[in-house]
Amino acid sequence: MPPAALLALLFFYPLALIIRQAFLDDSGVANAAEIIRVLHSRFFLNALVNTVTISVAATAGCLIVGLVLALILAFVPFPGSGFIARLIDTFIALPTFLVTLAFTFLYGSAGMLNSGLMETFSLPAPPVDFLYSTWGVVLAEVTVYTPFILRPLLAAFSLVDRGQIEAASVLGARPLRIVRQVILPAAVPALIAGGSLCLLLTVNEFGIVLFIGAKGVITLPLLIYGKAIQESAYQVACIIATINIALSLGLFGLYRLAAGRLGA
Amino acid sequence: MSAAAFTGSGVTDIDAAKVRGAGSNVHFDKVVVAYGSHVVLHPLTLDIAPGEILAMIGPSGSGKTTALRAVAGFVRPASGRIRIGATDVTDLPPYERGLGMVVQNYALFPHMRVEDNVAFGLRAQGADKALIGERVKDALATVGMSAYARRYPRELSGGQQQRVAIARALAVRPRVLLLDEPLSALDAQIRRNMVEEIARLHRSLPGLTILYVTHDQTEALTLADKIAIMRDGRVCSHGPTTDLYRRPPNRFTAEFLGRANLLPVTVAEAAGPKGFATARHGDAVLTGAARDEKAGDKSLLCIRPQHLSLTADSEHTNRIVGTLREVHWQGELTHLVLDVDGTPMRVSATKLPVALPERGASVPLFFSPADTSLLPEDAGV
Repeated sequence: MPPAALLALLFFYPLALIIRQAFLDDSGVANAAEIIRVLHSRFFLNALVNTVTISVAATAGCLIVGLVLALILAFVPFPGSGFIARLIDTFIALPTFLVTLAFTFLYGSAGMLNSGLMETFSLPAPPVDFLYSTWGVVLAEVTVYTPFILRPLLAAFSLVDRGQIEAASVLGARPLRIVRQVILPAAVPALIAGGSLCLLLTVNEFGIVLFIGAKGVITLPLLIYGKAIQESAYQVACIIATINIALSLGLFGLYRLAAGRLGA
Repeated sequence: MSAAAFTGSGVTDIDAAKVRGAGSNVHFDKVVVAYGSHVVLHPLTLDIAPGEILAMIGPSGSGKTTALRAVAGFVRPASGRIRIGATDVTDLPPYERGLGMVVQNYALFPHMRVEDNVAFGLRAQGADKALIGERVKDALATVGMSAYARRYPRELSGGQQQRVAIARALAVRPRVLLLDEPLSALDAQIRRNMVEEIARLHRSLPGLTILYVTHDQTEALTLADKIAIMRDGRVCSHGPTTDLYRRPPNRFTAEFLGRANLLPVTVAEAAGPKGFATARHGDAVLTGAARDEKAGDKSLLCIRPQHLSLTADSEHTNRIVGTLREVHWQGELTHLVLDVDGTPMRVSATKLPVALPERGASVPLFFSPADTSLLPEDAGV
């Protein structure tokens, strides 16, 4: 079987089915009005806003944490820094919900932090409850996806000519100026490529949001799951899925464009 | 006050005072640098006078770059102090030392235009816009790169990039300019031109103190007022360039700084009032410039290849005889290798007899006592 046909059978055909289903009601009759209704519905708009908010906040967090970590690991080496860099890499290999599970043990209502605080200060209720909110999801996603920024940044920093940093320093530039004017410009392609990838992955993140189960925090993937599996509203699920696919492909296109133009 | 600009072809008048550095001296006071238990720079005490070019030369791993990096602030001495002018800079970070530095690979900022590269140090030091504009213009004029201000480094040749790197270092009016193998990445022809241009630059900026690290003896001989020869983390010899070349204090210096023929001799008569001693090599009685050799001392008579002649005249009164082994014609020069009682002697000649002797023939060599130097036979350093 030609590779293109295999790809079409395994990937494009199921996608085409989803898009087709978005235009048909559950009895197979064309129903474009349902698309308009879903696009104007509160649950869809809320999910869209949540998805964009969480993915943008998580990507910003990943960029900041990844940049700081990469700068330290690359330019302020300390004993064990190489090991830590490799250890952070292993996060890429782990299922995303495992971090959420670990967060539950750490920061959950009955987690170590709350138990410790309640016991130490004789508190009647858990004082830390950010985990079950939008910010809990963002924190988990930052933890999971920071390596996707860190890895390309470390690669970019390894190519920065140390002579440029030394020349800048001798010319009178303090460390922050060197980071801003010498190191960061060299890392822009890696930042854009890593950031775009992060945005793409966080838009589609399902496991973390589901596992945290924050009240009222419904994203597009979670909404698709709810409509399709819990409510059996397949056309609604497919309409949202189609929007999700369009969003993802748009972001992927931007990522490829950025990566291609900046040589990342 | 005007001076010739730093250009290979066109000459521009610039105001030398505007780009002149403050001209501080650099003083190494028993500076030791070690990585763990491995000492890479043994106690170094050395002074570079204001406005002087000191070339540090030596083989790889001799400690010359370490010494320069200690001045720049990238290497912290395990002990000892470094002073620039009246300031003890040992504990200062590089950005507070007031230096300029040019390195082998130029280290220009690739995302900045030439003018922004040159302005970088001034902006970092908080200079105002008008001053930055003026200094950038002057520095680029000094290195003959005014026409390239809007270009990016990738649009320049290696030689042009190195000029921009020099302009960038000069724009901040450094107290001391550090040059770390600045011409090593250039090809031979451009390197020769750049050496001449750096010499011209220093003539136009006589107050600028320069520490020039290189492994290339030609660069050192052409540019330096003084040379420090490094070996195994120590200064093996230090002095005015012509003195070190003409009167090397030891075998390593003689052989590292230019080519040297070292003929084993025994001192027959110590130096008289004119500073010349008599020495014997086999049956030959030779006269050579002496230090404090005594009669009976075993010595080496250092004679540079270009000072050996195949023809006698009133000045070339010393005579030895060797067996011709090899002849290498190299255009401007012809190199001959002779065997003088087991010691290879190289001759670099611009003029040769019309009939060149055959290989294996006995050939007399003549040289002037003034072109020789006796040095201790046993001093390996």
